[in-house]
Amino acid sequence: MRAMVYRGPYRVRVEEKEIPSIEHPNDAIVRVTRAAICGSDLHLYHGMMPDTRVGMTFGHEFTGIVEAVGASVQNLQRGDHVLVPFNISCGSCFFCVRELYSNCHNTNANASAVGGIYGYSHTAGGYDGGQGEYVRVPFADVGPSKIPEWMDEEDAVLLTDACPTGYFAAELGEIKEGDVVVVFGAGPVGLFSAKSSWLMGAGRVIVIDHLDYRLEMAKRFAQAETINFTEHDDIVMHLKKITDFLGADVCIDAVGCEADGSFFQVLTSSKLKLQGGSPVALNWAIDSVRKAGNVVAIGGYGPLFSAVKFGDAMNKGLTIRTNQCSVKRHWPRLFEHVKNGVLKPSEIVTHRIPLEEIAEGYHIMSSKLDHCVKPLVLPQAA
Amino acid sequence: MAYTAQKPKIAYDTHELRNRIVGWGVDLDPKNRPAVPKEKFNANTGAHWDFPERQVERWPREKSPEHKFLTPVFGTACPPKGLSGAVRRYAYTFSEGRTAHWLLLLGADRLDVIESRLGALLRGRPDNPITETGVLSEFKRHGIRSRIGQHRADIKHQAVDLLLFAATYAAIGSAVYSLGRAVARGARTDR
Repeated sequence: MRAMVYRGPYRVRVEEKEIPSIEHPNDAIVRVTRAAICGSDLHLYHGMMPDTRVGMTFGHEFTGIVEAVGASVQNLQRGDHVLVPFNISCGSCFFCVRELYSNCHNTNANASAVGGIYGYSHTAGGYDGGQGEYVRVPFADVGPSKIPEWMDEEDAVLLTDACPTGYFAAELGEIKEGDVVVVFGAGPVGLFSAKSSWLMGAGRVIVIDHLDYRLEMAKRFAQAETINFTEHDDIVMHLKKITDFLGADVCIDAVGCEADGSFFQVLTSSKLKLQGGSPVALNWAIDSVRKAGNVVAIGGYGPLFSAVKFGDAMNKGLTIRTNQCSVKRHWPRLFEHVKNGVLKPSEIVTHRIPLEEIAEGYHIMSSKLDHCVKPLVLPQAA
Repeated sequence: MAYTAQKPKIAYDTHELRNRIVGWGVDLDPKNRPAVPKEKFNANTGAHWDFPERQVERWPREKSPEHKFLTPVFGTACPPKGLSGAVRRYAYTFSEGRTAHWLLLLGADRLDVIESRLGALLRGRPDNPITETGVLSEFKRHGIRSRIGQHRADIKHQAVDLLLFAATYAAIGSAVYSLGRAVARGARTDR
């Protein structure tokens, strides 16, 4: 089969690989019909995530058709068209039975801090991902779900990570009616966080970024106020002024470890790898939220330490909430929202890239060319 | 304002928002939020086992020492190989709480790149920096227009990328030159 493979920082190519096989009785083999490049794939692409091995296939957002199932699979059969959550979860451990699927303890041999994730380095379990023609899907009875007939496949692929993760960020913010919510980052997760904040009753939603075209999308897609932080000497000060010196009730860091806005932080993280990530957005969130407010860290960070302003967080009495989204838990409610027209996830798709051109897809996404927000990948076998 | 008991009027009227924004407030009630409460017991996750059957371990699979045993299911992509593999195996003797664990893994990643590029060269399928970096999209996808006059913060540090790129190749070139010189000197001494 053809599949994207990692060749080192900033380099990927498409190679012939063996079609994956059933390795466990509850495995399924899925022929990928749609995949996506996620903003967090860029952390791998940029060499930020420890134990990212040459030859690995990335891709944790994908949909496809079941080609084969293991002997113990009961809920799926060959030919089913499925969406697959980015979490690999056993359904039976301490965490899964509490619906914390992203924290599964039985699927990631390499680390106890995170559950298994498709195509997300060995730090997340060493599973190949969906940016290829076929993918092995462990615990087929737990993770995947059949795509409802009424659902568009491009909406489905965005329901495997970006949309639920953004919605989950708003949930973690514990938004109350009339709250002021500031979302740092107008990438896919930031856009869904902003949109979801309204569903939870926010009274004002402000999105911060440095890319004008993404801020335009935040206005259009999420009906949010937008601010380009490069137009202000001090974005925290500006946010204080527009909230009458109180601060926002909830701040969401939807950027993660490659946040821009501080040369020192970028140099010591993305460039020199001296810290697990550049916590510029997280620090801005801590400084911009009001005392006793809620800060949500939903953008991905590496496992190494980062220079976070924890003293301010402590002094302000903040609640900081984080986690990888447990996608499946969110599907019933989000399926309703998509069906009722409350959410249309595919509105943020900007590029559709054939698998053979995926190296250019990564470059476009990484360098923010051509107004790229969300690129989908179309495997040839589809 | 913040200096008196009353919350300042910094948000919009929620009645107006309800009319303006499709779906406003549909999940205002925490009962409608799927992740509330944080831990929610569910006996119907799809699992029909108490503990999953074990996947066959086809080679000594590296695992975090913070796990009691090898997890019943694990990824089988890219088994450790070569010098980078040895470094990775050593890294997995340290817990996730130790910085050494992560720095060794990052080091192994860089070694893996060097090993893999040399291996690809020897196999006759060398890496192609033009196609693998996707840099040609700069010409097809408005590389200049996407950057100039766009207020982008990342433009300021893109020079660092070039510097690091050049420094890496300068270091490799210098190492190869020094090695070559040492070998040549050794050969002369033997004669």
